[in-house]
Amino acid sequence: MSAASPALPPGSGGGGRHGRGAHGRGGTGHLAAGLTAEGAQSATKRIVVAYGFWIFLISDIIIFAALFASYAVLTDSTAGGPRGRDLFDLKLVAIETGCLLASTLCCGFAGLGANARRNGLYYSSMAATFVLGAIFLGIEVHEFVSMIEAGAGPSRSAFLSAFFALIGCHGLHVTAGMLWLLTMVAQVYAKGYRDDILRRLLCFSLFWHTLDIIWVGLFSLVYLVGVAP
Amino acid sequence: MNKVENPAAKTGGTELEVGRDSAPIGDVAPGDEHGPDDIATGVRGYLIGFVLAVGLTAVSFYLANSTLVWAPSIPIALSVLAIAQMGVHLVFFLHITSGSDNINNVMALAFGLLIVMLLVFGSLWIMTHLKHQTMPMDKMMQMQR
Repeated sequence: MSAASPALPPGSGGGGRHGRGAHGRGGTGHLAAGLTAEGAQSATKRIVVAYGFWIFLISDIIIFAALFASYAVLTDSTAGGPRGRDLFDLKLVAIETGCLLASTLCCGFAGLGANARRNGLYYSSMAATFVLGAIFLGIEVHEFVSMIEAGAGPSRSAFLSAFFALIGCHGLHVTAGMLWLLTMVAQVYAKGYRDDILRRLLCFSLFWHTLDIIWVGLFSLVYLVGVAP
Repeated sequence: MNKVENPAAKTGGTELEVGRDSAPIGDVAPGDEHGPDDIATGVRGYLIGFVLAVGLTAVSFYLANSTLVWAPSIPIALSVLAIAQMGVHLVFFLHITSGSDNINNVMALAFGLLIVMLLVFGSLWIMTHLKHQTMPMDKMMQMQR
């Protein structure tokens, strides 16, 4: 206990320490609205749950990095087939990107609405998030189908296998996210803004924002670099 | 070795550390925002992030097909813009900051980024090296005759 002993003698007592602590942190209003008072317990749970989910998301990012590494290695292995610049339609990619960016914004608003218990803001934001995600998925499915119909399916070359694996994996994540979104709408509707529901909602919004971050890497390094001269 | 009741005193070295650790909660959950809770502030943060993200995206799309930048450097310019935009998303949407209440979140992310870098650059390095060293297929066939 030698490390602790120098701290004890100053004799300022617990009160002094607390005062200093509160002053140093400049207020502790960082809890989600509604998680105050007896909130210490539930806030701790909130931190633990979100942190665990954060670690899952980072391992998910690592999976995408592995898929991206194989894509980057195989970009030139087209086996005489079409290259990226023959296949990619930047106009569609721009619309997809816009949809995902706007849906991330709406997802953030939904979190704010839930924390403030504002039904209107929560439900309308979640609906907008869902519709924008659906448009994104629709465009992606359209892109895949037209590529396969043009004879540029995943079995055409190593480049296309890696491309479909990478972009398809992101698309599957978005699909899963949309199912989760519907679940969260139903849970809030049925159970209200309980602490456990708000924790799940926090995890969902982390998931959705992370998908957008991954898409930033994909549209830049797959589509734009693939088309660049 | 008598028991110390104050949990802060057990961990703290200096007076200042004791003060900081005895605050009710020392961490913020990833995704939660540190600051006032009113909706207007939150909306403003998201909107700032959105505008920055849209701007960076627009610049990326513009650069990909322009002659503004020396052509061979476009992939690097796009990578830099992508990393900048990921940073914007992390700060404004995921609320990952450099504050002391975010250290755990940042450390987990830093470890993840280390693995990502090893995976991507390691793969590219090894595979281009292999490609360089491998004999082309037609030459290999000739030698086997």
